[in-house]
Amino acid sequence: MSLLIYAESSEGKFKKVAFELASYAKKVAESLGTTVTAVTVNNNNVSDLSKYGVDKVLKVTNDKLSNFSAKAYADLIVKAAQKENSKIVLLSSTTDSLYLAPLVAVGLDAGFASNVIGLPVNMSPFQVKRSAFSNKAFNITEIETDTKVLALAKNSFGIVENQSSLSEENFEPTLNDADFNIKIESVEKGSGKVTIADADVVVSGGRGLKGPENWGMLEELASVLGAATACSKPVSDLGWRPHSEHVGQTGKPVATNLYVAVGISGAIQHIAGINSSKVKVVINSDPEAPFFKVADYGVVGDAFEIVPKLTQKLKEFKAANS
Amino acid sequence: MKILVCISHVPDTTSKINFINGDTEFDTNGVQYVINPNDEFGLTRAIWFQEQQGANVTVVNIGGADTEPTLRKALAIGANDAIRVNATPTDGFYVAKQLAEVVKNGNYDLIICGKESLDYNGGMVPGMLAGLLNYNFVNSCIDIKVDGNTAKVTREIDGGKETVSASLPLVIGGQKGLVEEKDLRIPNMRGIMTARTKPLTNIEPTTASIASKAVKFEKPAPKSAVKLISSDNLDELINLLHNEAKVI
Repeated sequence: MSLLIYAESSEGKFKKVAFELASYAKKVAESLGTTVTAVTVNNNNVSDLSKYGVDKVLKVTNDKLSNFSAKAYADLIVKAAQKENSKIVLLSSTTDSLYLAPLVAVGLDAGFASNVIGLPVNMSPFQVKRSAFSNKAFNITEIETDTKVLALAKNSFGIVENQSSLSEENFEPTLNDADFNIKIESVEKGSGKVTIADADVVVSGGRGLKGPENWGMLEELASVLGAATACSKPVSDLGWRPHSEHVGQTGKPVATNLYVAVGISGAIQHIAGINSSKVKVVINSDPEAPFFKVADYGVVGDAFEIVPKLTQKLKEFKAANS
Repeated sequence: MKILVCISHVPDTTSKINFINGDTEFDTNGVQYVINPNDEFGLTRAIWFQEQQGANVTVVNIGGADTEPTLRKALAIGANDAIRVNATPTDGFYVAKQLAEVVKNGNYDLIICGKESLDYNGGMVPGMLAGLLNYNFVNSCIDIKVDGNTAKVTREIDGGKETVSASLPLVIGGQKGLVEEKDLRIPNMRGIMTARTKPLTNIEPTTASIASKAVKFEKPAPKSAVKLISSDNLDELINLLHNEAKVI
């Protein structure tokens, strides 16, 4: 009755959220007096999971799974949960994990809570806190079913080291042909760039930057911070930046450690999408911009002067502190 | 092609979020309700299929009689007919089970849901519906084309996009990109007039157990005021980010 986590990999390496999920699962397992089992797909080097408290790994290796298929992945997670008799199945909040999560819930006839932001507040009845109303409120969800599926919000628990001795086992679930009914035709993916989903820091620009030609300075700032670049909705609607960079309520959600907003006034829809970021810095020429009300640090002034100066100073800081 | 668009009736984004009865219920007082934005992109795409490929578009909502204006709005935008399952939704699994019954009785080829509703942000209904029906499912869709029995669907992935082909029947979780914001339909007077006479069928829910429920709500703690730093003193900003916030 071990807890089961799906430890997500990308190109054969664990994503950081997999370690956060393991840390969270370990804490829950400890309070229940049980262990943590992870299921992994096409990842040969799983030993890192032992740093975060995972006791056992079920390694699935199968060429058919080299491309993500939500149905196939959900199927193997369901089979792993059944094999381990897991009553709590934990997932991350990546695009792929959130895609397969409801399929896992149906497969296990389990209640599902997404956006989970903390440890269970109660074990019986089982209650967890999650964010809702586009980060404007939280709710305590009570799951009534015997088996529970949770998706942990990114950056909500953190990575906690907790050494364990890890046993590895190859796991070969039988997959159905129907699991591969959806065929991939093409993939477009920027290479070598930090994605908004993976980034610890996001630097975002709004209409205050006046035009796409001014994004160079934002990219430089992002580069020194190791950040992904993003933009507000008007900027993507105007075609200055690709839609994939649009963050906000109808765009991508952002839950980073540091969010730097340049020339974004802070419409309620934008705030809704980025509000679960830990620290928000706002640079805007308008001291009345609503964004300052939700920011932690603010600089009022001309972005065209401030951003290059800040980039330069950060370079010096990084050089002195590395 | 028969399309079913699943509509969630949600508070407008600018609504004040408050709770009553000891923080156990959402306060609907003074709240303006709208079609869930992710569903609205899907609905507009469905109307495009209706106009370009002769699709029939049905909209469905699980909700009490108070949600009918939202369905009428969808009819005014152009849906052919509407179904309301007369139940108060408790959780996504319950909603998916109700929708699965509607799909089984209506033989739809394409079921368009929003990838999540903007009230509970559960993000579970489209996937659960597909799982219950054992239909193909693509989430986070930003484009869909249908040719005969095959759909070509583009979905967002971390850092890019992926195009897949899938045979019908198909369930998608849609979002902005299915159509652009500027292409969203606003009901015109003629639409509003004809919507009044379009069929809106009420059906009673099927029996389904409750998988989960929201038992209590909380509002975030009030935020402390922003620390303003002079643009002449950016060293101080770096100092605060390093020593106080510890994020660089």
